[in-house]
Amino acid sequence: MTMEAYRYDDGSITYPGHTIGPNGSEPVGTVDLSEYEGEVVTWTNSTATPPGVRQPNALAIVEFDVDGESVRAIGQLTTDDVETGDTVRPVYAEELRDPEAGIKEPESQDWDGYRFEPV
Amino acid sequence: MDRVAVIGASMTKFGQRDSWVMDLLAEAGTACLDDAGVAPDEVEHLYVSNMASGEFEGQTGVMNALAHDLDVLPAYSQRVDQTSSSGGAGIYAAWQSVASGASDMTLLVGGEKMTHRTTGEATDVIASITHPVEYKHGVTLPSFAGLTARHYLERYDAPRESLAKVAVKNHKNGLDNPHAQFQKEVDLKTVMESPIVADPLRLYDFCPITDGSAALMFCPESVAEQYTDDYAVVTGVAGATDTHVVHEREDPTVMGGVVESGKQAYEMADLGPEDVDVAELHDMFTILEFLQMEGLGFAEPGTAWERVEAGETEMDGELPINTSGGLKSKGHPLGASGVAQGYEIYAQLVGEAGDRQVDADVGLACNVGGFGNCVITTIMEAAA
Repeated sequence: MTMEAYRYDDGSITYPGHTIGPNGSEPVGTVDLSEYEGEVVTWTNSTATPPGVRQPNALAIVEFDVDGESVRAIGQLTTDDVETGDTVRPVYAEELRDPEAGIKEPESQDWDGYRFEPV
Repeated sequence: MDRVAVIGASMTKFGQRDSWVMDLLAEAGTACLDDAGVAPDEVEHLYVSNMASGEFEGQTGVMNALAHDLDVLPAYSQRVDQTSSSGGAGIYAAWQSVASGASDMTLLVGGEKMTHRTTGEATDVIASITHPVEYKHGVTLPSFAGLTARHYLERYDAPRESLAKVAVKNHKNGLDNPHAQFQKEVDLKTVMESPIVADPLRLYDFCPITDGSAALMFCPESVAEQYTDDYAVVTGVAGATDTHVVHEREDPTVMGGVVESGKQAYEMADLGPEDVDVAELHDMFTILEFLQMEGLGFAEPGTAWERVEAGETEMDGELPINTSGGLKSKGHPLGASGVAQGYEIYAQLVGEAGDRQVDADVGLACNVGGFGNCVITTIMEAAA
């Protein structure tokens, strides 16, 4: 498992990747964001969560600097003891929510991924 | 070109209703035919704005079912889904049908039945619009609101109370709306002490889950004059789309779809934000009222909260916003909400807004789908 972002021919990076990148750019490679530390741009602790989601569910938008190019990601936090500007690192989790409990077909997507842990 | 007129409008009581989606749609549709004085066999196009009747109650094919039930056969019928902005997208589709010359009488009905589901289930249906990398983390629309509100407050040093004042204002406006889900005033203390939902936002920063329906009747202006002297004209309407993945937006406090659809609607109407007398904004969450005020040019970036604090968006202020009570107190039956915004603007322009009436010749409605993912802005003017 990796936290795969796409790199495009204009130098931009997005997470997740897209078939066509920003300004019509072509994907030319991938970057594993799980190898990087990032900074919390903003965060929340959500108490009204849907079926199969932990309650409460602390979430953050995190910005990574990959060789001078910034890319953002959203994900669960390992703790709600966090502030904007904190440094976090991705930590693997086998199952982020119960695939059987929500409206989506369990087979339609993956359910493992990375939570953000303050460094 | 003949301008596109709105000659009739209706909406059901919003709230927790015993009726299922087809009954709600039929109730608003019938009332709109009556209000416009249009016979069923005069309807040439029927649009039904609805996000998720299949997911909520297993009812699909609502456009055909409603066309038959209202006996508008053989009118062309189409369901319009653009998530929370389905109603606004229905206005755009109805406008296109008349402006293109394809239809001389178009009925638009929006509706949703949601309250038989638990809050968690309804939240999950709505959250299914997110990207898989968002959905698997349990990201919901309310959590986007919490993330964005924190960023806005920290970046612009805005007081938390300014968001609460949006809720207080819209609940106060809803007191005079007999169709509103909550005709109940709330004070600042109640909002600020309500349970946390997605901090820093609390329960009263969020709209409720709602059943309801609303409808509008469109025709060319030359045809409108055969029915009534009191009609409104759609002088600007445009839609725009922003990123599916919300965190990929360059500035979390700017909704690109609001900015772009607003810009195009203003250009089409040859008007600017300073010309708008009354506005209905998509206050699914209090923070959205700030972001739309700024995206539509009613306030400079980072300053919408100051206008709210100064009372300028209240019923007797310089620019009354959400005279209907907004989604906040009126309720948010997804597919109906954009149509109900149109209902309020129409009512204000033709002088049928009752105790909520303000002095208005130009009205604007902004209907937001997802978290700004798809947006429709509509400008209506009173018939000269």
